[in-house]
Amino acid sequence: MSTLSNVPIGAAPAHSAPFHPETPRLELTASPHVHSADSTMRIMWTVVISLMPIVAASVVFFGISALLVIAAAVAGALVTERVTGPRNTLRDGSALITGLLLGLVLPAGMPLWMPFLGGVVAIGFGKVIFGGLGQNVFNPALVGRAFLQAAFPIAITTWPTSGSGLFALRGDNFALPLMSASAPDVVTAATPLGLLKFEQTGTDLWPLLIGNTGGSLGETSALLILLCGGYLAWKRYLDWRIPVSILATTGVLSGTLWMIDGARYPDPLFMLFSGGLMLGAVYMATDMVTSPVTRAGAWIFGAGIGALVVLIRAWGGLPEGVMYAILLMNAMVPFINRWTRPRVFGTPGRRSRA
Amino acid sequence: MSDLFWILISAMVVNNFTLALFLGLCPFMGVSGRVATALRMGGANIFVLVLTAIAAWFLNRFILVDAPYLRIISFIVVIASLVQLVEMVVKKFSPTLFRELGIFLPLMTTNCAILGFAIFQTNRGYGLVQGLFFAIGAGLGLTLALVLMASIREQTELAIVPNLARGLGVVLIIAGTLSLAFMGFAGLFTS
Repeated sequence: MSTLSNVPIGAAPAHSAPFHPETPRLELTASPHVHSADSTMRIMWTVVISLMPIVAASVVFFGISALLVIAAAVAGALVTERVTGPRNTLRDGSALITGLLLGLVLPAGMPLWMPFLGGVVAIGFGKVIFGGLGQNVFNPALVGRAFLQAAFPIAITTWPTSGSGLFALRGDNFALPLMSASAPDVVTAATPLGLLKFEQTGTDLWPLLIGNTGGSLGETSALLILLCGGYLAWKRYLDWRIPVSILATTGVLSGTLWMIDGARYPDPLFMLFSGGLMLGAVYMATDMVTSPVTRAGAWIFGAGIGALVVLIRAWGGLPEGVMYAILLMNAMVPFINRWTRPRVFGTPGRRSRA
Repeated sequence: MSDLFWILISAMVVNNFTLALFLGLCPFMGVSGRVATALRMGGANIFVLVLTAIAAWFLNRFILVDAPYLRIISFIVVIASLVQLVEMVVKKFSPTLFRELGIFLPLMTTNCAILGFAIFQTNRGYGLVQGLFFAIGAGLGLTLALVLMASIREQTELAIVPNLARGLGVVLIIAGTLSLAFMGFAGLFTS
């Protein structure tokens, strides 16, 4: 059956062709006519490769603990996908991306069973329960992160400092489940957003760009994330409209607030380059499954995330709101798709139908 | 003014009756299959909540001062008669909607969101205007949760949900994830 689409419909097979092979003939073939080398597998593995520099950076900043946490999250995701998911879905690499992204939004000092559990929840309750890849409503990695945030609010907000040796553990990574972690000598540091919210201290722009601040593994280096995301956008594996719209909305809204009361609200550059906004905007919000399908929808989606991020950061009780903003807008995606449904060519528009 | 605004926002998103306080789950599961139906159910909820706010304020102000032990039973009686009113109106004006809402319209009588609302209003000592804002906020919050759930359910209708989660199972998972997402609003406008 697989060769059927290559055979010109209406043309006799070549060996029985009565006419000269040079004779021009009209070929009628079934669609699709335009082929592309892109496939789910290729896109997913490209995203995995583009995440590798960020993983490497997190290891440089947070040492071997970073690698352990990411590996635990990946293991949780892969095991769940293999056990509960449909057959042969491990190869497409989507579970690997979920695991990597989940690992990248966790702090380095977590006991390893927590990232593992997060990976299990991310794939199990974020993806497989909806029927697997392409049918989930919420970004699986963020479902796992939100679950961990609700279940272990202390462990997930204990941020170790960056630096201090490659092989030094940044927390009790090997604590057993449900046991209290023995507190090792670890220097912890608040994230730039936490410093701002609870101690009213700002952070310079340069450390935010490079990434040697406190925070989750992958949320620290804004510059690297932009580079890796730029590569994906150039390959058209992510919709550039979503991150641009998120960052523009965040910048404009926080800039407006900053101009109204510069002492109370941080400047827009700080808002843009701190916390998980970069990783969220570039890698989480652009998930092809959980973002709107239309171009107008992508702009609306991004603007909604940006507005929610500013709302939660400026007036909320939490220092960081990117995860919640993306999850909330994920829930809005069916609506956005409905509002921005393009007019079918040849049919009267919405207005003229009246 | 900002106080009233806070009451509205708080009841709508921060302490959303369905997604943060887990009240009124039966219509949330029952009539969230279609966006249009969910929207009208939300409308009916807002209407009943507003009337309840007025009735509860009246009861608290003039009657229950002397007999506070009658509070819950009198609330239930008032809510039941209000729901009867709504039911008659809906049945008369939109038989289709009446059939779509089915058992969940009379069940509003025992809807914990409505009773919970009346008790919250009493416990927080809201006046009439505050109570009205609280009612509209709570009603909008219920509508928001219902409509969000309905739009997601319409989309996942074609998903190949595993057998063990088909039906209410996946709805509960969606509800849980929505609730996790609404945790982001915690503490909004309090600091």
